[in-house]
Amino acid sequence: MLAFTLRRAIQAIGVMIAVGVIAFSMFRFAGDPVNQIVSLDTPAAEREAVRKSLGLDDPVPVQFARYFANAAQFKFGVSYQFRQPVSNLLMERMPATLELAACATVLAMVFGILMGVYSALRRDTILTKFFQAVSLIGISLPTFLIGILLIYLFSVTLGWLPSFGRGDVVRIGWWTTGLLTLSGLKALIMPSITLGLFQMTLIMRLVRAEMLEVLRTDYIRFARARGLTTRAIHFGHALKNTLVPVITVAGLQFGSVIAFAIITETVFQWPGMGLLFVQAVQNVDIPIMAAYLLMVSLIFVTINLVVDILYTVVDPRLRSTIRRPA
Amino acid sequence: MSDAVVPHRVEQNAPTARSGASWLKRALDSDIFYSFRRSRMTMVAAAVTVLFFLLAIFASQLAVQNPFDPAQLQLMNSRISPIWTADGQSPFLLGTDEQGRDVFSAILYGLRISLVVGLLGVILAGTLGITLGLIAGYVGGAVDGLIMRIADVQLTFPAILIALLVNGVAKSVLGNRLDAMSTLGVLVIAIGLSFWVQYARTVRGSVMVEKNKDYVAAAQLIGLPAPKIMLRHVLPNTMGPILVIATINLALAIITEATLSFLGAGMPDTMPSLGTLIRIGNNYLFAGEWWIVAFPGIALAGLILSINLLGDWLRDALNPKLR
Repeated sequence: MLAFTLRRAIQAIGVMIAVGVIAFSMFRFAGDPVNQIVSLDTPAAEREAVRKSLGLDDPVPVQFARYFANAAQFKFGVSYQFRQPVSNLLMERMPATLELAACATVLAMVFGILMGVYSALRRDTILTKFFQAVSLIGISLPTFLIGILLIYLFSVTLGWLPSFGRGDVVRIGWWTTGLLTLSGLKALIMPSITLGLFQMTLIMRLVRAEMLEVLRTDYIRFARARGLTTRAIHFGHALKNTLVPVITVAGLQFGSVIAFAIITETVFQWPGMGLLFVQAVQNVDIPIMAAYLLMVSLIFVTINLVVDILYTVVDPRLRSTIRRPA
Repeated sequence: MSDAVVPHRVEQNAPTARSGASWLKRALDSDIFYSFRRSRMTMVAAAVTVLFFLLAIFASQLAVQNPFDPAQLQLMNSRISPIWTADGQSPFLLGTDEQGRDVFSAILYGLRISLVVGLLGVILAGTLGITLGLIAGYVGGAVDGLIMRIADVQLTFPAILIALLVNGVAKSVLGNRLDAMSTLGVLVIAIGLSFWVQYARTVRGSVMVEKNKDYVAAAQLIGLPAPKIMLRHVLPNTMGPILVIATINLALAIITEATLSFLGAGMPDTMPSLGTLIRIGNNYLFAGEWWIVAFPGIALAGLILSINLLGDWLRDALNPKLR
């Protein structure tokens, strides 16, 4: 168990180093950072001074080590567009993205599980057909189209919900939250639906497939033979066993929810990290791009690691198979 | 089954002039065509997909104007609503936008760009993935380990993030030299680099199974070089699943391109794809000019939905477990 955890942790560190190399080479090889800082008519001597002050004439390994040491302390340099430290910008925007991603995930879990269980138990009803149609749409419609559709319906036509921004936010320490004000909650509805729809589809399909499989197993048949109520069999036995893979997938997907928030945030002008990243890509703001890449990778790698370890804790059968190759 | 085999055998002795017809007959007799005819939804999806391809191919014949040639646009014709509404005007079937551009013509040209980027992206991803998968599976050892580790790492990141990064880096390297054509190239590369992993994994898996079979041993025995064995003998046996992945990937590639263009990191306004059109149209949504964004959106959604349906059907039809 310890060996397994350790090996996974080393792998995770390896991935982070690889991502760090990519982020660093973006700086090093994608254009000259000096050009981004000085103006066009700066004399060559002054350019050299800037170059020296940034440490750009040191050997590449030295620069890489310095970049990595700074990144490990969340120092990502200064944004070309905003002239502010990137870490401040990211910290400012992170609560918005995390709140949106969390809401979308909760929404996707609740509705995905409900719809999945229903369509597995009542296979041929109209509602099931409807759910399946919704899931096909959820996979086929690009995220931004869903967002535009919602805006047209609820903002332009009906005027019920705001089409952009977070509404009023409350500041708690360094964290800003929109969950405590009415306008904040209203602003959260459409972005969460847009972001969560794809995950909901995924979870619904997964729950349905797992439920159908579990319902065929012997222990369910045995539970029926014992005369348990249908409700106890379906929800006490069958659903409980389908939830382990569902929670794994939802956990692993949380990383990609944060990445997909890029699109949702652009549609709804949601002031999160994703919008910052898109603006950085449009304006070639490399420090922000590199920092975003590192932050998102860190989140991904951490989630993967935690899920892997939790898996062995939850499912004792895995422990024996893990020990063998070690 | 025997009915299908007998005419085939006769046909082999027949004059070669009829081999075209016999190929058609075999295709019409096949299991896949049978399952195709059984599913009405698939037939509709296929028809819609073919229609979209035809619209894209004959875009310049069907369009009433070249929507991106400023000389052909007249501001007099701006903001006309679709033809069936009260303010509609012929020949602007789906209305016009702010600059007097015909929405229908813009969709035809945009569809062409979207399909070209999608197809080229899938071809690049497929070539890259198949090559690396063949090498990993056939050579094995450290090479295999390295390729698959890269694949694992890449798989943890969503394709759209990778595509955005490739795009951003290309922009900073090329700077102002990035015109519409090279943007198209960058998008193809971004999509190719984002989607190769699935091909590589599938091919590698199939190759690991195939390479232990007698025919590979026989080919090695008669001294065929390894690349030839891989390409001519092993690869054809892995094509089924690849075809399925490629179909579903085409839909994903088109979505990715549209998303990048929508985010402003894709095709420029001078040579728009469907995604660019949606981004432009989105600005007029609040002015009540819904048709500028709605019709490109419907075209994109219809295209992706029908390709997805085809992919789903192909997956089931080629899956021997479901027969």
